Amino acid sequence: MFVALRDLRFARGRFLLMASVIVLITYLVVFLASLTRGLGEDSTSGITALPTDHLAFTVQADAPPSGPGGGPTFTGSQVEQSQWQAWAKVDGVTSAQPLGIAQVRATSTTTTAAVTAFGIEPGAGLLPHGAGKADVADGKVLLSSGAADALGAKAGDKLSIGTLDVTVDAVLDVTAAYAHTPVLWTSLDDWQELGAHLAPGADPTTVATVVALVTSSDDALAAADDDIGTVTQNLHESLSAISSYSSEHGSLLLMVVFLVGIAALVVGAFFTVWTVSRSGDVAVLKALGASTRYLLRDAIGQALVILVIGVGIGTLLAWLTTVLLQSVVPVAIGLSTTLLPAVVLVVLGVAGAALAIAQITRVDPHAALAAR
Amino acid sequence: MDLRLDHVTLVYPDGDSTLTAVDDVSLVVPSGTTTALLGPSGSGKSSMLAVAGGLTPPTSGSVAFGDGPPVFTTTTTRDVATTVRLERIGFVFQQPQLIPSLTALEQLELLAHLRGQRPSSVRERALEMLDAVGLGPWAHKRPDTLSGGQRQRVAIARAFVGDPHVLLVDEPTSALDHERGVEIIELVTGLGRRFDAATLLVSHDESTLGAVDATAYLLDGRLTERPAAA
Repeated sequence: MFVALRDLRFARGRFLLMASVIVLITYLVVFLASLTRGLGEDSTSGITALPTDHLAFTVQADAPPSGPGGGPTFTGSQVEQSQWQAWAKVDGVTSAQPLGIAQVRATSTTTTAAVTAFGIEPGAGLLPHGAGKADVADGKVLLSSGAADALGAKAGDKLSIGTLDVTVDAVLDVTAAYAHTPVLWTSLDDWQELGAHLAPGADPTTVATVVALVTSSDDALAAADDDIGTVTQNLHESLSAISSYSSEHGSLLLMVVFLVGIAALVVGAFFTVWTVSRSGDVAVLKALGASTRYLLRDAIGQALVILVIGVGIGTLLAWLTTVLLQSVVPVAIGLSTTLLPAVVLVVLGVAGAALAIAQITRVDPHAALAAR
Repeated sequence: MDLRLDHVTLVYPDGDSTLTAVDDVSLVVPSGTTTALLGPSGSGKSSMLAVAGGLTPPTSGSVAFGDGPPVFTTTTTRDVATTVRLERIGFVFQQPQLIPSLTALEQLELLAHLRGQRPSSVRERALEMLDAVGLGPWAHKRPDTLSGGQRQRVAIARAFVGDPHVLLVDEPTSALDHERGVEIIELVTGLGRRFDAATLLVSHDESTLGAVDATAYLLDGRLTERPAAA
């Protein structure tokens, strides 16, 4: 990169401008990726923290519009006692427990907040890892750390959840949220009394939202679905049953993908102009004996230097921002939100630059004889 | 090593027909001497230089150095021609054609890098060459801070730094006044003699060519006797 590095120093204004654009785009991509994952976790962590592998839904005739691809939704699903009892007898199913999910308003002595109540049977083993020996009981609730923060509540405090008056039994040191509301756990009986979940005419004492399954084999699941009248999805697939998550996650991912594409195009456009402007120098270098391979290596190396510097600074700035904002904005920091977008940006940027730089192969050294 | 052009013809496509830029030219430039190639605009001087330098393959004929086999023929590939230029030919263009981002010294060190050597490995030789063209004190200046004559001197030093067998020079005085033009021609011929290079120099300004060893006249692509002055 004998010429490339000196070009960077000589035309530092132009390259600084280009690097600044890459920094800004990288900043946006990395921050948006962190936000996408953070918002995703804020929508799904209550589900992904379930110690199960499959959820069985029902699709009601009068249910809200189904999820992406015509799948079930949590808001439209309502399973009955006979169904979770039938699931418990299916080969390959080691545990089948009812799980009620309802978004309700909860009021503490100091404030009111929207929360999601997960109704589970005592001893069902549906509390997330980290719950220790805590368990639900009638008249008592367990709060996730987010719910405790939102309500300003601690163990022993009184809460009103919908029409129920309950006591906080414990605050669990776990992160669990559903559709951007923190999760609290009640007994299934208490959850059924909330009444927020019921389809018209349903027996309030015999329903839940889904059946949480722990399976050793999924061979018999499809046949069991047909027999029992449910639709079973693994935990990852079931996230699309959270309606707000699907649309929100899809939109944000689309933005990230578009920004990465724009970055590649911007880098390609810059190097197209740059290569055209130095085609005279390229002709001279070829006339002096520079091989096309040498010139391509030099130019792509130059693009790589700008990309690595620009993407590196942009990633660092975005990472610092997410670290500073993570207490007030739902952002998640990890390799998948920093290193992965950075690598993708560099790779696609080099690809965009390579397409532009390929013009070097068509420069005729004969042009060096022309006056300029 | 002599430069030998043997029955070189170069034909360009020209719309539906063709244009013969160089027509069956044979020429020998002995080692250590300078031959000036004269002729009016469009006579084929630069085309002949392009063939001699492997920038364009001849339509027929060949180019050889010394008594060796031809280096440029109708079938010579671009890669081979590039390697021959890198190892054995020095070029001085009509304009200095320096790389804007490189200092005078780096313009010369570049050749070592193109040859796969460390640029610093030729630093001593490069500084000697810059001294030889009178630009030692300007070694670390970029082209935009040099005068037109100084730039052309850097270009000449660049052409000689690789110790070429053949030097091809394309109208090096076209942008200079007469006095500086004479100086440049004397510099080129003097260095060609000192480094034993066969120098073929294209010019349209005969008044600056007092130092050259021989002249050849090209008209309509053919070597011919110089027409008598009107």
